[in-house]
Amino acid sequence: MKIIKVLGTGCANCKTTVKLIEEVANALNVEIALKKIEDIQQIMMFNVLSTPAVVIDGEIVHSGGIPSREKIESWF
Amino acid sequence: MPTTTSWLKRNPRKFLVLAAFVWFGLYRLLIPASETLVAQLPVERASPLGSALQFFFYDTPKVLLLLTGIVFVMGIINSYFTPERTRLFLARKSEGFANVLAASLGIVTPFCSCSAIPLFIGFLQAGVPLGVTFSFLISAPMVNEVALTLLFAMFGWKVAGLYLVLGLSVAIIAGWIIGRLHMEMYLEDWVQNMPPVQATVDDNAIPLNERLDSGFESVREIVGKVWIYILVGIAIGAGIHGYVPEDFMASFMGKDVWWAVPLAVIAGIPMYTNAAGVIPIVQALLAKGAALGTVLAFMMSVIALSLPEMVILRKVLKIRLIATFVTVVACGILIVGYIFNLVL
Repeated sequence: MKIIKVLGTGCANCKTTVKLIEEVANALNVEIALKKIEDIQQIMMFNVLSTPAVVIDGEIVHSGGIPSREKIESWF
Repeated sequence: MPTTTSWLKRNPRKFLVLAAFVWFGLYRLLIPASETLVAQLPVERASPLGSALQFFFYDTPKVLLLLTGIVFVMGIINSYFTPERTRLFLARKSEGFANVLAASLGIVTPFCSCSAIPLFIGFLQAGVPLGVTFSFLISAPMVNEVALTLLFAMFGWKVAGLYLVLGLSVAIIAGWIIGRLHMEMYLEDWVQNMPPVQATVDDNAIPLNERLDSGFESVREIVGKVWIYILVGIAIGAGIHGYVPEDFMASFMGKDVWWAVPLAVIAGIPMYTNAAGVIPIVQALLAKGAALGTVLAFMMSVIALSLPEMVILRKVLKIRLIATFVTVVACGILIVGYIFNLVL
């Protein structure tokens, strides 16, 4: 199971990103543990400059803007 | 459709040339098309309604076409200027020149207000001076392609150019002053204690066709969001264009009213919207005889200074630094407003 974290301070783009990842994971039948990190101090631990950012198993795979559906599919 | 997409992916250069031709062709067609359209309608071309309709049918596609073209090109340019690369440019540069660089990079670096805080801290961690970071943060939302395109399309290149130069000046000088005041101790303690990081960029070259994708993405995101404001703005403009109640606002927002500029700046602070959202208001105020400097000061204040943004900034800045930031930027905008009113 993949552990996915979405980093973002709670803007609309971050919420859309979370929803989109859930959708794609459901559609592909991939089991994921999705966590949203909104606390700015925790976000800064990951060294990202732009949010929303996506971290999978400790590695930053995306930062800044909503990831495209194809990009998300490529993670699974 | 799949064949078109794959052709585009294989021939990004050809696509760009083709798209440029189509774009210019459409642009040249705007006036004749709007005249033809109005001629089909059962209204007198010379009547106020006819003139308002022609203005609306000409201006709407013109502004949308300009905006789509520029946002697309900027989306491609943005892909060259990631925040990471901008940070690398600015890290450990001495103040002064770096403020100019930061404000200028603010125009071309993709920026969303929800990223303001991570960006702010990330810049400081990599050794970008506080004042330089502020120059970037002031310029990025205020001097952007949407604001400039809309000003150009609606009020001409002189207004857009002045907005560009004066907006950059506010960002450069305000950042420089904040830097001179040495206010690093008014960052929240946890921000001061963040470990320094080395500014780096992943140097994998992105192929041109993926940059085109980011251009399309910007168009979808930005034009998709702002077209409605533009439509409302132009409708207001058209209504006034045809019926002309010209100097309604002149008595209290005109050039001769010295207190209009400070009032405009203060009125702009509690309001928060992006460059496109404020355009209908700008359009309405100007058309009713408000002075340009006053209106642009209002626009800058709405975009650059906002209460919600200060609430977010409070997580990383102590009150005193926020107050300084607001005061310095507000004074800058005030001066810009007076200069505009003086020059135009």
